[in-house]
Amino acid sequence: MILIAILVLPLIAAILCWIAAVGKRVAAPVTLGTCVILLVLAARTAYLVIAFGRIVAVPGWIKVDALGTVILLLVTVVGVLATLYSLGYMPRMTHDKDLLYHYYGNLNLFIFSMVAVPVVVGPSVTWLAVEFTTLLSVLLVGFESSRDALEAAWKYAILTLTGASIALFGFLVLFWAMRQGGGDNYTWDGLQAVAGHMPPVLMKTAFLTILVGFGAKVGLVPLHTWLPDAHSQAPTPVCALLSGVETTAVLYVILRLMPIAHISLGNDAERWARIFGLISVGVAACLLVQVHDYKRLFAFSTVEHMGIILTAAGLGGAAAHYGAMYQIVAHALTKSLCFFAAGAVLMATGTREIASVRALIRTSPLAGATLLFGGLAIAGAPPFAVFLGEFGILKAGINQGRYVAVGLLAISLVVAFFGILLHVNRMVLGRPEENAAGLPHIPLTCTVTLFAAAIPVVVLGLYVPDFLHRLLAQAAAIVGG
Amino acid sequence: MPHGTQIDSILVQLNALAGGLFLLSTFGMVATRQVQGCLRFFIVQSIFLASSMLLLGLHPLSWHLIAVAIINLINKPIIIPWLLKKTVSEEVYARREIVQALNIPISLLVALGLTIGSYYLAAPLLKVGAGLPALVNLPVGLAALLLGAYTLTVRREAVPQLLGLLSMENGAFFASIAIAPELHLFIELVVAFDVLIAVFVIGVLTRAIHEHIGTTDVGALTALKEDSSR
Repeated sequence: MILIAILVLPLIAAILCWIAAVGKRVAAPVTLGTCVILLVLAARTAYLVIAFGRIVAVPGWIKVDALGTVILLLVTVVGVLATLYSLGYMPRMTHDKDLLYHYYGNLNLFIFSMVAVPVVVGPSVTWLAVEFTTLLSVLLVGFESSRDALEAAWKYAILTLTGASIALFGFLVLFWAMRQGGGDNYTWDGLQAVAGHMPPVLMKTAFLTILVGFGAKVGLVPLHTWLPDAHSQAPTPVCALLSGVETTAVLYVILRLMPIAHISLGNDAERWARIFGLISVGVAACLLVQVHDYKRLFAFSTVEHMGIILTAAGLGGAAAHYGAMYQIVAHALTKSLCFFAAGAVLMATGTREIASVRALIRTSPLAGATLLFGGLAIAGAPPFAVFLGEFGILKAGINQGRYVAVGLLAISLVVAFFGILLHVNRMVLGRPEENAAGLPHIPLTCTVTLFAAAIPVVVLGLYVPDFLHRLLAQAAAIVGG
Repeated sequence: MPHGTQIDSILVQLNALAGGLFLLSTFGMVATRQVQGCLRFFIVQSIFLASSMLLLGLHPLSWHLIAVAIINLINKPIIIPWLLKKTVSEEVYARREIVQALNIPISLLVALGLTIGSYYLAAPLLKVGAGLPALVNLPVGLAALLLGAYTLTVRREAVPQLLGLLSMENGAFFASIAIAPELHLFIELVVAFDVLIAVFVIGVLTRAIHEHIGTTDVGALTALKEDSSR
């Protein structure tokens, strides 16, 4: 019941927003209300999943376990924050205020597609849900209708849909593999049951095509080129959703596939995950250094973090899997905070260029402080959540004896750390320019969002609450097979 | 009344013919210079996709495949062109020359190479013991997938890029007829719906690009990159 409510509510909200007469007046409160209810439902789901291991709503179609719950929780948390932020940000920054109800309608649909990914059990339905995450967010990315926004939306649509078509082939081969293995039930559980009997050549084809196809959507190098464009041009609250949770929701599908591939292919599956992951981390870390746009800076950091999580999943062993799950949580929360801070900077200065922003801490203390805080947290400085996650992954890798992978990962992390802080320092500190005029204040809901988003980043870095620890441990066990 | 095996072999041969024509129409999409022509080849390709589904659904009789064939026959050759006409403004739709990064003869050579490559890629998969139809459908479907991706990369116009995308999806489904024929009907229906949404969303986006930027030459949109001059 809960799961069906989670799926249906955003659709109802979207319809309400889209009816112009209703939507023009209540689109924003309806969206916020829906997101808060979704968060409550997701928390209840988490509670039940920790107790019983899973919730089945429609047998064979809709079900959620610990791995899915992690994604569900993150989507709803970031959903609430992004909507709250939109209330202050969108009326200020958008050109056409009359069309804001379109924005909220699309936002609800986008959230629907993201909560659908972790709660459906059929791989083919999961593919559809992922396809919908693209289709329902393209118009949000291009919402500003500027030349740059439309270019970003086009690249986003074409590249990720191409990836999805490649992945579709993979899912069809996966079905074939299941039939050849004697299976009859095309669900994630059904696949796991017959994975040992699947022809490895089919499993390998399916795994690689899905890894490459959905890798385009996750932002894995070399198919990441759309990501910095889309994640920088979209309206800031949408950036937080795209970067924080959409990438993760798609990565979830690859993580789902890992234990099945492991049974069929042995360590090959992990090796591919490590290779793709490390390439992404390395390339993104180097590209971070030379960005000129601070929203692109955080977008490249997303590519880097997706690589870290995939590498962690590929290291093998319970500790590394736990590290991957923890990192998913830490990244989603910290990255959305970073984008909210970037949005505050944009509101305060009106430019996205790093070179044009100086001495924020004096001209706009709130934007400057949160940007510095977010930058430190996402770069992996102690004592924040990302640091704890990265440290755990490196430690797990050393215990597994994967010294080469850990070494490469550590080098990339250091490069990325300095890359991010170099740019952030330049923007936050320094001497203000002479003609710095009085800057517009930041709307109240945005301030509230910034503080609310910062709390978990600090808390999770200091200690992990027991319920979260148990949820993550269960999820890690699922990735481990 | 011919024997079941005879019917089988006739159907398999007809299916091979449909496969050949499917591949040929995919080549047509690579070779044509006009948006309209590209769309016509896409329609032809979709019709052969549906015929292959129909042929393999006749014997052994599978209402499921026949239903999927009918969905495809209505969806792709009829609704999609209509939807494109509705969403993308007429002017874009009737545009004549397609700007292309590589010229047509070279494109055809590349397409030929990709087709041979897809037979090469499909060979190890076919060893696991697939039925006779898979010998045609898997490599041809894979070829359409690769050719669609190729069309996407070299075409610079918006609508042909979308058609390349749809051709990729057609390719995946052409392969699926032989390797995953029992996929749930509900899923096929939702996929058909999903394709329509894709056409709608990209159509709306194309229209917005045309209105705000004044071109549909999406290959010319190159403002966003890491460039020190910015």
